[in-house]
Amino acid sequence: MYNEMFADDRSIRGPYDKVSEWINTSGVDLLKLRQSEAEAIFRKIGITFAVYGEGGDPERLIPFDLIPRVFGAAEWRKMSRGIKQRSRALNAFLYDVYHRGEIMRAGIIPEELVYQNEAFLPDMMGVDPPGRVYSHIVGVDIVRTDADRFQVLEDNCRTPSGVSYMLENREIMMRMFPQLFQAGIVEAVDSYPSMLKKTLEEVAPIKCDDDPTVVLLTPGSLNSAYYEHSFLADLMGIELVEPQDLFVENGLCWMRTTRGPQRVDVIYRRIDDTYIDPLAFKADSLLGVPGIFDVYRSGGVTLCSAPGAGVADDKAIYVFVPDMIKFYLGEKPILENVQTWRCAEPDDCKYVLENLKDLVIKRVHGSGGYGMLIGPHAAKKEIDAFRAKIKANPNEFIAQPTLDLSTAPILGSDGIEERHVDFRPYCLVGKEIRLTPGGLTRVALKKGSLVVNSSQGGGVKDTWILAE
Amino acid sequence: MLSRTAENMFWMGRYMERADATARLIEMGYRMAMLPGSNEQEEWRSVAAASGSAPDIVEDKKLDGATVVQRLLLDADNPSSIRSCLTSARANGRAIRTALTQDMWEALNDGWRQLGQMDADTALKSLPTLLEWTKNRTAAFRGASEISLLRNDGYYFLRMGGLIERADMTLRLLDVKYYVLLPETDVVGGGRDYHQWTSVLRATSALRAYHHVYKGDYTPWGIADFLILNATFPRSIAYCYRSIKRFLDDLASDYGETSSPQAVASEMVKRLDAIGIEELFQNGLHEFVSDAIGTTRRLSMEISKAYHF
Repeated sequence: MYNEMFADDRSIRGPYDKVSEWINTSGVDLLKLRQSEAEAIFRKIGITFAVYGEGGDPERLIPFDLIPRVFGAAEWRKMSRGIKQRSRALNAFLYDVYHRGEIMRAGIIPEELVYQNEAFLPDMMGVDPPGRVYSHIVGVDIVRTDADRFQVLEDNCRTPSGVSYMLENREIMMRMFPQLFQAGIVEAVDSYPSMLKKTLEEVAPIKCDDDPTVVLLTPGSLNSAYYEHSFLADLMGIELVEPQDLFVENGLCWMRTTRGPQRVDVIYRRIDDTYIDPLAFKADSLLGVPGIFDVYRSGGVTLCSAPGAGVADDKAIYVFVPDMIKFYLGEKPILENVQTWRCAEPDDCKYVLENLKDLVIKRVHGSGGYGMLIGPHAAKKEIDAFRAKIKANPNEFIAQPTLDLSTAPILGSDGIEERHVDFRPYCLVGKEIRLTPGGLTRVALKKGSLVVNSSQGGGVKDTWILAE
Repeated sequence: MLSRTAENMFWMGRYMERADATARLIEMGYRMAMLPGSNEQEEWRSVAAASGSAPDIVEDKKLDGATVVQRLLLDADNPSSIRSCLTSARANGRAIRTALTQDMWEALNDGWRQLGQMDADTALKSLPTLLEWTKNRTAAFRGASEISLLRNDGYYFLRMGGLIERADMTLRLLDVKYYVLLPETDVVGGGRDYHQWTSVLRATSALRAYHHVYKGDYTPWGIADFLILNATFPRSIAYCYRSIKRFLDDLASDYGETSSPQAVASEMVKRLDAIGIEELFQNGLHEFVSDAIGTTRRLSMEISKAYHF
């Protein structure tokens, strides 16, 4: 197991010098006090994560751990090249899927995996999104398994969430511990909203002949990520709209304002494909903007991400991302994938069933850490239940080895303790590819746990990229 | 601005104002009920009636403070209780977070759960503190809006919502209490009327301000003049309507077009400017009040029609 702060001889690793010195001079008691202050501030600002229908407080705080997670400049250099490479390849793949399908013709990715995928949208065939961009914000989940081994756990091509925590965690750390950031040793993250705005403006539709009007489309204030939606809209200075604020007329998209209809050009939508347009996708849905998909296809409005972008972040497709990088970019993948067995393959499935107790089993379309099996931590009953599920529906599952995730220091009840972490940077794809030096570190707060999802007891940390 | 944003701003303004006015109203009832010789039940009855939100308990023969406090302060099912108003205002604000400043949001968000876990007995015991707390919440929100919100359409809708609610509350108080201001009741005379008059002023937090303006004793004419025609008093009908008219004019000039609610507001302002308190009493205080309640309701509807919400 790779401990990010301590080397094997308990000496402090380079990137953590400053953090370690700060922990020692402050003392654990003071830090604990400050931690509860931080929580009070989060609550007051209203940074909550809504979990409805599970009882308890519907507006929960995601636990925030005070100790920053640190990457050195060289570590980041490699990671950032890898993230950008992956984001380019994923977008090239999406263009290919909805056009000639070269990578399937070349026999690299099985056709049925793509064209029979739930996230594949036949209506997108032949549509040309501005700049050929489908996924404008790519969230790449990365785990560290050794000193220089960074592996991608999964890609998020639709609407990855959590970036508000990257910004707010830094904000609160700078507010509470300004002295830590003196001398500019940490790269700033606060340019993210303006880069996001620029990215969205760059993909204005062909029918837009003026400065593009960009809006953020949210399902509404009951959505679990609503805080993030409002936060980003606010920082970009754009309207936060709900579906009922938009309508379609004369082949264009409009929002209802106090001064009558106003044209909308680019929609950063934080709403699923199937709820965008009841005419195109889900006739029984009350959500969505009727007719907007036609406006999109005819270049009257841009939807970010493009409908159907989800076919690239499917866990069954994930296996082929290194091949995509070679196929479309002619480059060697900089970030590794995690070894993955697809239960749809009879040989793989056989291996998985024989080794369930050592593997992590995930659903192909699942997310949020729900419905997965962590073999080594599971009881025999759970394993047997999964065995039956896999046998019944092998196509639904993939398996990965139990990864030895790196650990980072947290402020625990007994002082500084070690917990497993992962990392999600947010790569922006417009005319250019932009990457903020930072991201969201999620931490499994339960001792020994490997599940970092906030819905499963995970917390977050400020993530530092040290300046060169 | 999105019409939905305008609507939420408007109603957020109304709910915060209603919470504030309801707190003042309960405070009045509480103070009046403590006075020697007062009819406690009647005092609480007029509080319930003026709030306009609990018609069922107005008829309650055994009405007491606990019932009123339960319905007007704590009741989650009464949309006009202080608890509901604060919750609704926060929900309005949350739905349009980007239209609010951070300061405003913090004022809305801070302690909004507090009343949720309280029973009527506990509330009654710490009533002054709770009412003070409510007034502080609304004042903090108002202050945050004043110092941090851009002076554009969002601000105008917020303020107009508050002012319409305030005019409405003052009018409804007058509607319930108008009889104590009528000259005929002079014959009853004595201490009770003095207290009744001051109660009207107390419910609008106008007790001391009144002295500054009218110097001498309390008179029904002075009190009615103060609450209706005196444009220097911020809870008077004249002040509310003048301010609403100004915001409507500003909004119209920002948008470069005149609007139908402008006509409603400016007609009311003209009427208030033209009439003296004697004439108003001659024409009938109650008629005036009923009529003004109707106009205020119409104005609110005209605003939402004109701005598409």
